[in-house]
Amino acid sequence: MAPSLEAPEPVEDVLSNPLKSAPKLVAPEPEHCPGPESETAGKADSCAGCPNQAICASAPKGPDPDIPAITARLSGIKHKVLILSGKGGVGKSTFTTLLAHAFATNPDSTVGIMDTDICGPSIPKMMGVEEETIHVSGAGWSPVWVLENLGVMSVQFMLPNRNDAVIWRGPKKNGLIKQFLKDVEWGEMDFLLVDTPPGTSDEHLSVNSFLKESGVDGAVMVTTPQEVALLDVRKEIDFCRKAGIKVLGIVENMSGFVCPKCTHQSEIFQATTGGGRALAKEMNIPFLGAVPLDPRIGMACDYGESFFDAWPDSPACTALRGVVRRVGEEMGLKPETVLPED
Amino acid sequence: MSLDKVKHIVLVLSGKGGVGKSSITTQLALSLSLAGHSVGILDIDLTGPSIPRLFGIESSKVTQAPGGWLPVPVHAANPAAGIGSLSCMSLGFLLRERGDAVVWRGPKKTAMVRQFLSDVLWGELDYLLIDTPPGTSDEHISLAEELLKNALPGQVAGAVVVTTPQAVATADVKKELNFCTKTGINVIGVVENMSGFVCPNCSECTNIFNSGGGEVMAEEFSVKFLGKVPIDPQFVMLVETGRRPKYPPGTQVNGHEMGTNGNVDYSTDVKDPGLLVEKYKICSLAPVFEAITKQVMAAVEAKAQGT
Repeated sequence: MAPSLEAPEPVEDVLSNPLKSAPKLVAPEPEHCPGPESETAGKADSCAGCPNQAICASAPKGPDPDIPAITARLSGIKHKVLILSGKGGVGKSTFTTLLAHAFATNPDSTVGIMDTDICGPSIPKMMGVEEETIHVSGAGWSPVWVLENLGVMSVQFMLPNRNDAVIWRGPKKNGLIKQFLKDVEWGEMDFLLVDTPPGTSDEHLSVNSFLKESGVDGAVMVTTPQEVALLDVRKEIDFCRKAGIKVLGIVENMSGFVCPKCTHQSEIFQATTGGGRALAKEMNIPFLGAVPLDPRIGMACDYGESFFDAWPDSPACTALRGVVRRVGEEMGLKPETVLPED
Repeated sequence: MSLDKVKHIVLVLSGKGGVGKSSITTQLALSLSLAGHSVGILDIDLTGPSIPRLFGIESSKVTQAPGGWLPVPVHAANPAAGIGSLSCMSLGFLLRERGDAVVWRGPKKTAMVRQFLSDVLWGELDYLLIDTPPGTSDEHISLAEELLKNALPGQVAGAVVVTTPQAVATADVKKELNFCTKTGINVIGVVENMSGFVCPNCSECTNIFNSGGGEVMAEEFSVKFLGKVPIDPQFVMLVETGRRPKYPPGTQVNGHEMGTNGNVDYSTDVKDPGLLVEKYKICSLAPVFEAITKQVMAAVEAKAQGT
């Protein structure tokens, strides 16, 4: 086969049916095969006489039957926001926890975080609830409550030992994400933040298709300033466009570092191509702000504390408050209800 | 299999994203090449390939040859200077546009990993480094399965596991170490990346993401600790723009005096002429990696002889 990505699997089909797996074929796919997963599988002209015809024709097609149950379960949630980035380690989870803490400062709001990073869940540690387990009641699984109005769900709560590796292929990961949406008793909530792993694969496809019916407000893209990161974020924006997810805007994390000794500002991850701001402009999406690199944010995450409570006067905190307000604005909310001024 | 003429296979793994797997892979490769070895890099991060960008060969394409795909050359061997050849294979070379998303489910990724392992014509190689995406999922399972099935005895030397010092990162990396145990992959050692940052203005070292977390983790899991790699913005500049690294007087990195090699003018980002491998020699991280590479080579040789 020549090196080419001309997909035998059309992107639209992958996007609309993320859980469908290919039927087991008894013979190689013939020339002009419509694809064993396509809508016309087993029915196209080229299928006549193919030994796989009956298998392909009887494979399940169409939308997932569990989607109405998910939509019903999530009907009490007002706003759903995805936190995305093509790149790992740029601060998706950190930003998710900060956004959640910020939304939760308003005692009238209830906030939930769903951690869909199955192989590398970080939310429980950052929230200081790593040792918790899930309680199951008649109504479903209960999220782990960090504050009275801030609940979390993650695969970490289901592991017998905290260092256990979750060695799962795609379909199994999709199954768990479905359970998080279908079986967790989220209840009445103002915000559900969905933290994701890096990339554009199974987890993203399933989150998108499961939430499509119940409606997503949009996605916040997190990046760091250097082009190596922006390159992957570009791919994620491309994914959002293809999947029809609104991009609320780009946040640039780890943007500049002020030396604690001489207060000289260094660009550790240099924005050689203009950073998040230039990418936002290029892609025609809002730029939500830049958050400087502050070692105390990392420390707060390691100890499971809220950075907002621990260092309310730091420049990073001020920048983050600005970003949170901008996220609210892009969602069509009034800044003072999202994050009241002190 | 196309790996038949490859002497040693080394995986670069991490449970956490953005800790520097690709940057460590790049530097291991440069360092091995400077030690005179022929090196190949296989990038199996399908949805976020970084290797083409790090070597400044984003616009290169893979060519088809009888019997398989030809990897993209970075530089040829230069026996006079003691430099070994370096070539790469990545999904990035197969994309039409660099910003295109690769939206693939597990089975498609598995098929691609298989194809990368069986259809690339590496030729004679001393080392093949395999750069991976974060996590313990499709790509990793497929890689482990394929290598178990098809690699020659003693060929797979093991994995270099990369972490950053914070607890949030080591928590995920511990999962990767458990993955290695479960799949029978030998852990060559742990590298702690982004361990400290030397201010270019006052040469004060700040531990931005804390320090020492990787060493403690290695001890806990009884695996070798290969070393700490500090953050060097000059390395970022080198790979992003091709500019030769420059350091102000008095800069010390891991005890090495960097000295001054030119006027430190951060405003220019012109691409200096010359090969990346030549320019890397004066980067502060080169001696750091020389030490790490020596340990990796020793471990690899020991493993190859033991079987």
